[in-house]
Amino acid sequence: MEQGYKLAQDYKAESLPKKNGFSEWIKKNFLYIPPAFITLILLVGQFTYGILDSYASLVAAIGTSVISEIILARTVLGTKKNLASAYITGISVGILIRSNIIWPYVVTSLLSILSKYVLRYKGRHLWNPSNFGVSWMLFLNSMSVAGLSIQWGSNFAAMAVIWVLGLLIVNRAKRLHVSVTYIISFAVLAYIRGLITGDTFLAELSPLTGPMYQLFIFFMVTEPQTSVSTKKGRIIVVILVALVEFVLRLNHYIYAPFFALFLVGPVAKFIDLKWYAPEALQKNIKDLQSSKH
Amino acid sequence: MKRSVARLVAIVIFIGLLIVTYLLSRNESAASDYFAGGHQKETALKKYGFYLEPVNKSAGITFTHQCQELDPKLENIKMQIASMGASVSICDFDNDGWNDIYFTNSKTGSQNALYHNLHNGKFEDVAASVGLADVNTKGNGVSMGAVWGDYDNDGFKDLLLYKWGKPELFKNIDGKKFEDVTEGSGLPAWVNANCAIWFDFNNDGLLDIFIGGYFNEDLHLDSLNTTKIMPESFRYANNGGRKYLLMNMGNGKFKDVTKDYGITSTKWALAAVAADFTGDGYPELYVANDYNVDEFYLNEGGKRFEEIGNKVGVGRIPKSGMSASLGDINNDGNIGVYTTNITEKGILIQGNNYWLPNSANMQNKPSFVNLAQIAGIENAGWAYGSQFGDLNNDGYMDLYVANGFISAKKNTSYWYDYSKVTGGNSNIIGDAKNWPDMQGKSQSGYEEDKIWLNDSDGLFEDVSGKICPPATYDGRAVAMADLWNRGVLDVIVANQNNIPLVYKNDQENNNHWIDFDLKGTVSNADAVGAKVVVEWAGGKKQIQVVTAGMGFSSQNQHRLHFGLGETNKVDRVIIYWPSGSIDKIDHPETDKMHTVKETK
Repeated sequence: MEQGYKLAQDYKAESLPKKNGFSEWIKKNFLYIPPAFITLILLVGQFTYGILDSYASLVAAIGTSVISEIILARTVLGTKKNLASAYITGISVGILIRSNIIWPYVVTSLLSILSKYVLRYKGRHLWNPSNFGVSWMLFLNSMSVAGLSIQWGSNFAAMAVIWVLGLLIVNRAKRLHVSVTYIISFAVLAYIRGLITGDTFLAELSPLTGPMYQLFIFFMVTEPQTSVSTKKGRIIVVILVALVEFVLRLNHYIYAPFFALFLVGPVAKFIDLKWYAPEALQKNIKDLQSSKH
Repeated sequence: MKRSVARLVAIVIFIGLLIVTYLLSRNESAASDYFAGGHQKETALKKYGFYLEPVNKSAGITFTHQCQELDPKLENIKMQIASMGASVSICDFDNDGWNDIYFTNSKTGSQNALYHNLHNGKFEDVAASVGLADVNTKGNGVSMGAVWGDYDNDGFKDLLLYKWGKPELFKNIDGKKFEDVTEGSGLPAWVNANCAIWFDFNNDGLLDIFIGGYFNEDLHLDSLNTTKIMPESFRYANNGGRKYLLMNMGNGKFKDVTKDYGITSTKWALAAVAADFTGDGYPELYVANDYNVDEFYLNEGGKRFEEIGNKVGVGRIPKSGMSASLGDINNDGNIGVYTTNITEKGILIQGNNYWLPNSANMQNKPSFVNLAQIAGIENAGWAYGSQFGDLNNDGYMDLYVANGFISAKKNTSYWYDYSKVTGGNSNIIGDAKNWPDMQGKSQSGYEEDKIWLNDSDGLFEDVSGKICPPATYDGRAVAMADLWNRGVLDVIVANQNNIPLVYKNDQENNNHWIDFDLKGTVSNADAVGAKVVVEWAGGKKQIQVVTAGMGFSSQNQHRLHFGLGETNKVDRVIIYWPSGSIDKIDHPETDKMHTVKETK
């Protein structure tokens, strides 16, 4: 979920609208849009419903995330990194994890950021950082940590604002196809699940209307750094994520989307880096050419 | 080179964190250790000085709770909706000096039970003969709980029965029979209530009533024309039942002053308790709400209530409030409110609260701080009723929490299905037809009740399964009372769809005690709202309040019980009556129940 900085890196040279001043401004400052958006989600949630049980836990999550990013980037990579992605990771952990104590927020953030520097292949990290941290902590099924599985509230307007803004931003980031494919896949599979379980379509569709999925759809599955390199590939991967989630849901995993992305995302990224990413393709072509000579 | 070292360090920390978090998660558990079967009692008596022995059979308690019948449209989640109604309230209804027990039943046509204390260890159900049994009749709703209070100050406690249905008032005729005086009393026609208390909010010497609606009062759950009856949100629901503040007019009539007094909430109330937290003599009202925040109503001189839960801290984090009970756990004369919520590992960790008032400034700027986590009484399970009481007479208040939501098919769980709809939009969660069919699944079922022993420094030790045989019924209401006049607190637990548990408290220690039974003269006859402060052992000071309804669907004995530890001398007792008068008793005799009449 470190969309901001990487989105800017990956897309500022692509075909964003060119002419008017506003588009130029957006293009230049796009790295700040996702962090601003997730902050907006948090603020809407907090000031309309008070979704945060404590400010201290959010500060702990963001603080840990940012500080560990600064230290690890400097010591492990020898670089300075824009902190937008670490901020998003921290804020995501602060929202998605529920605990009555502080340490799970610190540990989840730390695990998330560490995963970026430890689990790497060809200089790229494989797991979406907060997906890694949150999935691990939820998988432990402990007395200290739960996930955000409750709704924002009954205010349809607040939810609509988040959906509209979210879709606009992923569109700007050239990831609309990922979000839309996932939403359609989820809806179709929800219908099939309903046929299998006997529950109503609305019951199966229900999770999609909650905040956990909004964060998942706009920040996790769309993250460029852990996405595969082609549009077709990204569509296939997100359908696979939805399919794995479908299986997990049939086996009653409450946090199925996180676990599905945790399982599918890194495998897809690994395969992409090894065989399909531009640099890999370049190498394959060179190998082919040298073998011909 | 430096970077490779840094990367190595990062890898070590990363793997270390994975291992540590895994090990921590495997070690933690809500379940407690057990003392081995045959020697459990001996071990408990030796280590803790007391043991809770279930005595239903020898005491002649044969009651079994049966749940309500619902409209067939709710069949898919019947077990979830029909999950309350087992209640217990203690009262010496015939003033013979021995506590009696009233249990409510919830199936249409089922009988409530009034167990009269026969003074020989046995009880006899006299509900039918006194007119308190056949109260769950078709068209009148079914019982959810009952509270005793002497509303006409005639010296005999009357009964308010609250239901998913028509609330009813029964006048106690000289402890011999009960007369239904509901008609014309001013009680509302229909409330889907899960809590009610007696309290004198304007200190006029007459007990008033608070009734908290749960489902909307327009609904008759056995005959519905809609399935849109569920909470609109799991955390922010305001579509529950309205509240009723009924002022006792002194002529057998009650006036609905709810709106005049500023109470407009339609949250899903499950518990209420009243006590004077600000020291101005007027009782505040604490309401624990399901699906939303709790509420704290500041009493403004008996003329109005102002809801300031958010301001004082208790109404900031929405949880699933089920119970509200009072207890001074630090022996500092400061009484706090314990509220129960839900803890299901890995899924929903709300934690219970113990709200301690900021005693230094409660009059000018009231505020509370939650000490449940520090005290070790935060995580119980799917918790319902709770009560504080000194179970081993060591001078510190212990805590009993009833646990367990639905115990149906073993090794099944409805939690996944539940999470699907509770995470969704209000239009989905609010309609019962969208809720997945429970298909006989359990949800937080077969949970053991929690018993926490106060270790004398505000910290509690989990002794569940150590001081009584393990029981995994779906516990609802808890009451504490000295059933056999032995100077100890026995425990009575009403279980949903099952038998209650009547625990006889066997003691093996050298601890002493003192009890006070208060009789108001200027204040209401039951002295509800009176505060008693006992000072002993050169500095210990414990406060208790007379209540008429506390916990979840429960009422403790009227008398107040104080354990004293091994000290057999009390320095001083101060009684703060609701009328404003104060009585002091120096060096009262210990190991004795004192009946104290308010000085006029």
